[in-house]
Amino acid sequence: MEHIPIIKMGEFLLVSIQVDLHDRMAMALQDDLMEQIVKKRARGVLIDISSLQIVDSFIGRVIGEIAAMSRILDAETVIVGMQPAVAVTMVELGMTLPGVRTALNVDKGMELLRTSMKRLEG
Amino acid sequence: MNASYSGSNPHTQRVIDINNDDDMVQVRCVARNIARDLGFSLVDQTKLVTAASELARNVAVHGGGGAVAIDVLQTAGRTGIKLVFKDRGPGIEDIELALKDGYTTGKGLGIGLGGAKRLVHEFEIDSRPGEGTQVMIIRWK
Repeated sequence: MEHIPIIKMGEFLLVSIQVDLHDRMAMALQDDLMEQIVKKRARGVLIDISSLQIVDSFIGRVIGEIAAMSRILDAETVIVGMQPAVAVTMVELGMTLPGVRTALNVDKGMELLRTSMKRLEG
Repeated sequence: MNASYSGSNPHTQRVIDINNDDDMVQVRCVARNIARDLGFSLVDQTKLVTAASELARNVAVHGGGGAVAIDVLQTAGRTGIKLVFKDRGPGIEDIELALKDGYTTGKGLGIGLGGAKRLVHEFEIDSRPGEGTQVMIIRWK
């Protein structure tokens, strides 16, 4: 099965989902990310979902779990680039991703991660 | 099924088997393409495809496999897409309960069925224990 690549950028991990995400692939991403957070001692995870055409309840649950698990591993997760149509649909579906930080794009997401790192170290 | 849908064109029907993850992706893809070709807005496409994804997952994961039939409806100046999902699963004993947000039989948020209902204009579920489940949805343009 195809795995989604995880790129290390300084103390952050960057994931860009460019394929139509099926359930097994989403679960594999969750496992891979947790492993890499520990291995690379990452302090933040940035997931770019701008190419995702839908976020249904399963994918939404996986995103929420990634954020919760990485927090326990002392890394912050930011979801960036959600398409407006996806956001509208998710809310109607009844999914609001509580506890998940979001930003408009990769730049804003990076800024958010850096700011929260500084605050922690400050 | 309602008599007013007799205007649907049987030649446009697509049937897709749903047994695994890849089939679910295929259902999303076909539903998206049909909606786009019919001129559905991006938000409407996304709502239909998301509902289809939830129901396809129910068929594959809880229903032990099945299929979906996708039809284009042209009736009284309205255009719509109808999807009928059928599975061979154990059926649902309490449909009202299954439609409630937060109700789940396993992993998941329990918003699949009720959420799918909110994303479409028409929703009909028919299920008897031991006989599988059929869910019909329509989203009008």
